[in-house]
Amino acid sequence: MKRLFREFIKGITIENPTFGLVLGLCPTLAVSTSLVNAIGMGVSATFVLVGSNTIISLLRRFISERIRLPAFIVIISTFVTICELVMKAYLPVLDAALGIYVPLIVVNCIIMARAEAFASKNGVLLSLFDGLGMGIGFTLALAIIASLRELVGAGSLAGFRFWLHFEPVTMIILAPGALLTLGLLIALVNFIQEKKKRN
Amino acid sequence: MGNNLIVSPSPHLHKKESVAKIMWMVVVSLIPTGLAGIFIFGLPALWVIILGVVSALVTEAGIQFLAQKKITICDGSAFLTGLLLAYNLPAGVPFWIPIVGSFFAIAVAKMVFGGLGRNIFNPALAGRVFLLASWPKYMTTFFTPSFPFLRGSYDALTTATPLAQLKEGKLKEAISYLDLFLGNRPGCIGEVCILALLLGAAFLLIRGYISWHIPFSFIVTTGILTYIFGGKTLFSGDWLFHILSGGLILGAFFMATDYVTSPLSFKGQVVFGIGCGLLTAVIRLWAGYPEGVSYAILIMNAFVPLIDRHIRPRIYGQVKSKK
Repeated sequence: MKRLFREFIKGITIENPTFGLVLGLCPTLAVSTSLVNAIGMGVSATFVLVGSNTIISLLRRFISERIRLPAFIVIISTFVTICELVMKAYLPVLDAALGIYVPLIVVNCIIMARAEAFASKNGVLLSLFDGLGMGIGFTLALAIIASLRELVGAGSLAGFRFWLHFEPVTMIILAPGALLTLGLLIALVNFIQEKKKRN
Repeated sequence: MGNNLIVSPSPHLHKKESVAKIMWMVVVSLIPTGLAGIFIFGLPALWVIILGVVSALVTEAGIQFLAQKKITICDGSAFLTGLLLAYNLPAGVPFWIPIVGSFFAIAVAKMVFGGLGRNIFNPALAGRVFLLASWPKYMTTFFTPSFPFLRGSYDALTTATPLAQLKEGKLKEAISYLDLFLGNRPGCIGEVCILALLLGAAFLLIRGYISWHIPFSFIVTTGILTYIFGGKTLFSGDWLFHILSGGLILGAFFMATDYVTSPLSFKGQVVFGIGCGLLTAVIRLWAGYPEGVSYAILIMNAFVPLIDRHIRPRIYGQVKSKK
């Protein structure tokens, strides 16, 4: 039980995919322009991660070492297709906003890394919790970056404007703003960790 | 007394120059430009300059205080950054534009990298580009020169700079070279009066604070390229117009020559200057923006480590190895 909790919580804290492992930067930078997009992306990635981790862990004894990567990709793309079709059917607006980045979850390196480094070596329940923790960690990180960028760069949060006399800093919502926000946040996380180590 | 015995590697000959003295000398050389800008655009220009400089100093002091480092705002570098940023703004911007720009220039482009000497990009230009990307509406609203101290009124029209008019293909009546040289044209506070800029540049060159390599190669490259490709047919471009308009003189003499963000060797500086000139001409003639000096310098700043790596000065006494 304690092991399960540890595998779950590590994805949110020390091994956070965005701030700790610095994986999956392509969707992080591209989608974090608004909070709604970020949460949509995070939830879809979490769904795929939990699904693929579980199935890969179940099949880990049957997948030959040599063809493991293509096999992983087939499993991952199954879940991505489910996710994409569901989103197209029920959330067409979100689907239009995320665009190409939903199918691109297939090559998201967080999912590949967890399959390779964790699910193919550990039991089903552990892998499931690992996937869930990583997914939630990714969603949280995306949400933090996106709320900062949306607040500063567009003057709103999840589409609601609160500051009336505020001229948004347009650059933060553009591509350089994504790199800037991410870099400053990683610096902050490293700073806090350094401080913890010293004390 | 113990400090008198310093053991250090060569060189042992020291000039009596310090970073602070050089920075303040560059500030001095920029004074005529500032006065010309205030004379041309009136008191709003003065306010922009004061706000830019003060907020740069406050930002640097604040960050150094928070990081519990020695506060070094007296070395002139933050003052110079704020001053150059203000010179790169139109005179009529809202009061918060120079404040936000200086904050970005000092906090993000300089202190995040570790402070003076460690920044990759010229802080003042980074601040300007940040402002331009964020609030293009204010950054591209220029005023016609009003000469308020001569005429006693502030009547001025908003208009586009000569380069922007050229880009849109509607440069109505050609501006005379004399007007461009003296600064009788819309533009940023510190870029319009070429005469004042050249005075400051001559002072720096004669005192040896900057070398001719970067400005010369920068300006000549831009001139040649705009002469070849700037006109309707080849070799018919108005190269003098391109050299005198925009921020080329300000950028080439005062910002591309920043010690921290330019190559160390003279050969490298020539390469750097040619690159800046090439990018400026390409942006002006074919890209979407009317003016490209700031982007050209920033892009070449990124190449400086590479230039320094491949073009090394010959070490004294070293003999070229035969292959």
